[in-house]
Amino acid sequence: MASTNRTLRKLAIVPAYNEEDMVGRVVRDIKRHAPDFDVVVVDDGSVDTTAFVAERHGATVLRQPFNLGIGGAMQAGYKFALHRDYDVAVQVDGDGQHKPEYLPEMVDVLQTSGAEADMVYGSRFLGDPGYKVPFMRKLGNRIFGIVLTRICHQPITDPTSGFRMVNRNGIELFARDYPHDYPEVEAILMLHSNRLRIHEVHVKMNARGFGESSIDYSRAAYYMVKVMLALFIGLLRRRPTPMDGPPPDTGEFRAVAPGAASAGAHSPREEEGKA
Amino acid sequence: MSGLLAQLVTDNGDLSSTVQIVAVIVTVLLLAFVLELVRRRRLVERYALIWITAALAMVVLAVWRGGLDFFGNLIGVADPVNGIFLIAFAVVFALLLNFSVAISRLSEETKILAQTVSRLDAEIRELRGEGPTANGHEAGALDDPEVAEQTEILEN
Repeated sequence: MASTNRTLRKLAIVPAYNEEDMVGRVVRDIKRHAPDFDVVVVDDGSVDTTAFVAERHGATVLRQPFNLGIGGAMQAGYKFALHRDYDVAVQVDGDGQHKPEYLPEMVDVLQTSGAEADMVYGSRFLGDPGYKVPFMRKLGNRIFGIVLTRICHQPITDPTSGFRMVNRNGIELFARDYPHDYPEVEAILMLHSNRLRIHEVHVKMNARGFGESSIDYSRAAYYMVKVMLALFIGLLRRRPTPMDGPPPDTGEFRAVAPGAASAGAHSPREEEGKA
Repeated sequence: MSGLLAQLVTDNGDLSSTVQIVAVIVTVLLLAFVLELVRRRRLVERYALIWITAALAMVVLAVWRGGLDFFGNLIGVADPVNGIFLIAFAVVFALLLNFSVAISRLSEETKILAQTVSRLDAEIRELRGEGPTANGHEAGALDDPEVAEQTEILEN
C-alpha cells in the first residue's frame, strides 16, 4: 500500500452527549485550527440534535443507539479510526473543554518524538491550567497522579485529562480494549502495561464539563474508589502482549511503526477485502 | 400431665402436617411455574436447569419429612434448619454471582453491537450521500443564525 513516509491520516474523535450547543463550534474549531484532521463525532445516544448539528458542520457522525458512556463512545471512535486506517487519533471533548489550537503542536510532538511517544496528552498542570480547576478534580488528579507516576516511572501530572492523541499503536490498543466508566486514568495504566510511551505537553483548557461531579461529593468518592480499584486490578492483570510482532520498545518496531497502519496484516479493511 | 403432653404432640403434629401441605403446594406451584416459563421460552435452558433443580430440591424437602434431618446428619450440622439456611445462602450467592458475570458479558456484547451498528450506520449514510455536509463552512452552515452567533461568541 502506501509508502512509509506518506502523509499521516489524522482523526479527531469528538465524544458528545447532548451537546447541541457546543458540538458545532468544536467541530468548526478543529477544522479551522487543524484542517488536516478528519472529524468524527460520536453521538453517545443524545436526545437532542447533536448528531444533526455535527453533521451539518461537516463531521462524520457515529450514532450510538443508546448511551454507552464516555468509555464506550471513545472506543467506538477508536474502532472507526482503526477501520479506516488512520495513523493518528485525538480525543477532543464535545463540550468544548479541549482547545483544538493545540492539535498541530501535539502532532509535532507525536511525530518528532515518534520513537518515544505513542500517546501525547495535554496536561493542565504543567503550567497555567487556563481556568479555575475545581478542588475535587485537583485532588483526584493529585492522588491518581502520584499513583500513576510511581507505576509508570515518569511524571503523570494530569491523569484525568481526556485531551489525548495516540498513534497507530494506541489506536489499535484502544480499539481492542478500552475502560468503561471513567476511562482516562485506567487508559494510562493500559498504555503503560502495553509498553506504549506517554508524553505530556502543557495545555490550557476551558472551564467546561464535569462541573457537577466536583460538587457532588458522593459521586466524586465513587469515582475515586472505582478508579483506584480499576488501577489495582489493572496491575494484577497479566500483561498482555501488545500486538503481533515485536514489542514497541525494540528498535525494530520503531522502524516499522510509521507504516504500521499499512504494514499491519490484520487491518479489518483488508480482511473485508479478502472475504 | 401425660394427656397434656399427648395433646401437645398431636397439636404439634397437626400443625406440622398443615405446614407440610402448604409447603408441598407452594413448592410444586413453584416448580410448575418454572416449567411453564421454560415451555413459553421465557427462560433459556441454561438457567432453567438451575431453577428446576432448585425447585425440585424444595419439593423433595417438603414431601420428605425426615429429609432435612437426614441431610443435616450427613454434613454434620447440629441444627438442620441452620444447615438449610447456609446451603440456601450459598446457592443464592452462587446464582447471583453467576448472573453478574452473565450481565457483564451481555453488556460487553451489547456495547460491541452498538459500536458496530453506529459504524455501519455512518457507512450507509455515506454510501447514500446523506453523510456530513462536504464542507460545513460553505454549505450553508455559516448562514445559519445560530451558527453565526456561535462564531461571534468564539471570536470575542
